[in-house]
Amino acid sequence: MKKSFKLIDLDCAHCAAKMEEAIRKLPGVTNASVNFLQQKLTLEADDDKFDEALKAAVKCCRDVEPDCTIKI
Amino acid sequence: MSKKQKKMLLRIIIAAVVWVAGFVLEHVLDIDSAGRFSVPGFIHLGIFVAAYFIIGWDILWKAIRNIAHGQVFDENFLMTIASIGAMVIGEYDEGVAVMILYQVGELFQSVAVGKSRRSIAEMVDINPEYANVERDGEVSEVSPEDVAAGEIIVVRPGERVPLDGTVISGSSELNTAALTGESALRAVAGGDEVISGCINTNGLLRVKVSRPYSDSTVARILELVENSSENKAKTENFITRFARVYTPIVVFAAVALAIIPGLIVTAMNGFTDYSEWLGEGGWLYRALSFLVVSCPCALVISVPLSYFGGIGGASRHGIMIKGANYMEELAKARTFVFDKTGTLTKGSFAVTEIVPEGMSADELLGICAAAETYSTHPIAQSIIAEGKKHALTTTASDAEEIAGYGVRATVGGSVALVGNHRLMARENIAAPSVDTPGTVVHCAVDGKYAGYLVISDEIKPGVTAALAELKKHGARTVMLTGDRKAAAEAIARTAGIDEFHAELLPDGKVSQVEALYKAKPENSTLVFVGDGMNDAPALARADVGIAMGAMGSDAAIEAADIVLMNDNIESLPTAMRISKKTHSIVMQNIVFAIGVKVLIMLLTAFGITNMWVAVFGDVGVAVIAILNAMRTMRN
Repeated sequence: MKKSFKLIDLDCAHCAAKMEEAIRKLPGVTNASVNFLQQKLTLEADDDKFDEALKAAVKCCRDVEPDCTIKI
Repeated sequence: MSKKQKKMLLRIIIAAVVWVAGFVLEHVLDIDSAGRFSVPGFIHLGIFVAAYFIIGWDILWKAIRNIAHGQVFDENFLMTIASIGAMVIGEYDEGVAVMILYQVGELFQSVAVGKSRRSIAEMVDINPEYANVERDGEVSEVSPEDVAAGEIIVVRPGERVPLDGTVISGSSELNTAALTGESALRAVAGGDEVISGCINTNGLLRVKVSRPYSDSTVARILELVENSSENKAKTENFITRFARVYTPIVVFAAVALAIIPGLIVTAMNGFTDYSEWLGEGGWLYRALSFLVVSCPCALVISVPLSYFGGIGGASRHGIMIKGANYMEELAKARTFVFDKTGTLTKGSFAVTEIVPEGMSADELLGICAAAETYSTHPIAQSIIAEGKKHALTTTASDAEEIAGYGVRATVGGSVALVGNHRLMARENIAAPSVDTPGTVVHCAVDGKYAGYLVISDEIKPGVTAALAELKKHGARTVMLTGDRKAAAEAIARTAGIDEFHAELLPDGKVSQVEALYKAKPENSTLVFVGDGMNDAPALARADVGIAMGAMGSDAAIEAADIVLMNDNIESLPTAMRISKKTHSIVMQNIVFAIGVKVLIMLLTAFGITNMWVAVFGDVGVAVIAILNAMRTMRN
């Protein structure tokens, strides 16, 4: 399953790259991309694990760039 | 400016004022070491610390928080170390100034990025906001997503057509500028198809929706543009990898610089004088300056921004690029392979020559058009169309089709024979043999030869100029066609094609593309340009597949990497120009940013420059790179 989420207050390009890398490594996530310019996260994960993956991504976002939130 | 940015600006101003006060106290009023106007050290220390907290509290907080989360090489942390380090050495004013400048740069960056992001978003904004749907005789405004296929919508003058459909009643002219980049008016009336995204200019239209919003032209184009940033250019991936190693390397270099030379120098004087190590402008200070330039922000922001801007700028010309990687490949293209029909030519037949014998051209055309009135053959249609263009009204009675030969008709009381060479031969009429490319239609009236018409596929306007411009970039142009050699040669000659292969079967096109692919110059790419009909394999085989005239054609949008929304081949050199410009801006930024940073590090290591210059190397370079990146939007 592939879904896009809006990112709020993502204001550092370097952090976006770090966030992308960290989210990609999460269990269940098959691919992820953080688009700094469109302020968008595209998350691809296995269907049955999508909710968990999303939850982990939210936590990951909080760790890497606490100012930024994922709008769900 | 957003509220957050305004608040930041205020903080910068206050901190700057306080800093100036501290600076004046320290350097101007405190002139005399003997005591006149002497200010106790703790006062200006206090002022600088106050300024430091006003400007940098959030950076300090983020640094602490991020370390708790295991983010070691974090910009905030590095800035904190650098500025506090400077203050510990005794450079109070500098420590604070570095933080102020850093914040100014960050503010600039966020304003510039925000601005370009918005303008790119506006550029690709073709999203209809609402649809006027007619339900139970009442018109109500709903979101386009809520309209189902088969429902009736009303499009008023000035409104954007929200969904694809067929006009039921009303007539108007639609402006296709948002989709094709050129402000062309397309007349529509009952029965015509309308495409979402166009602007209705004058009349009121009632439209029967043919497909739901998610399948509509507008939604597909938006999706295409939005997903384009997922196909990253090689350069972008290189920058990401570079950024990952750059910061740690610089930080380790800083640590080495802080310890090794200072230790050696101090050891040489027997650990009696620490000033060259820890003092003003000493090795520790130089190491701190290294930390300031350790963020690869200038590259990480400006490279994707350049591509994004280029894609946005191209979309304004009706050129939809599916990813930065295709832009990069197109910039390197040296071989352009074209499909003939529908790409270089209109794909429709037209009368290109009228050669009468014993009568005027209009008379000949009139007779032929009249004789062909009842025929549905494409060639006949083109003759009829040409007749209409000349406003000819000659009519025929009693037309009879002779399959494989032509038509026999009664026009104005005479018997007209209109058809091919064999028809003339069958009727024993002497006709000249014509070797012009295209289809030749002979005509005889009452047994007497009256002349011939040549019907051929017309070359699109602008093709010759577009190909000439591609050649200026050193491109080799090749045309592939299933058509006869004579016809292909004529088109190739007029268009200025370097090389053509005719009479190819569909799979022959793919193998030709393969062969050309192998023969292309090193480090260059091959582009295939087709109209999206039957050439999906060739589009896929090429480095960059470009489909033309994709208004409403699903297959083309799917198969191609770049879609020229208008049917205009002149967009091709434009696409190439934008790609090249974008590529060179990206290269400029990479060379500039890395160059300046390395230079500053070298100068700093030798103690020639100070932390001020290092701050410029960080945020100044980033701002300049962003401003440069924004140029990609303007084409």
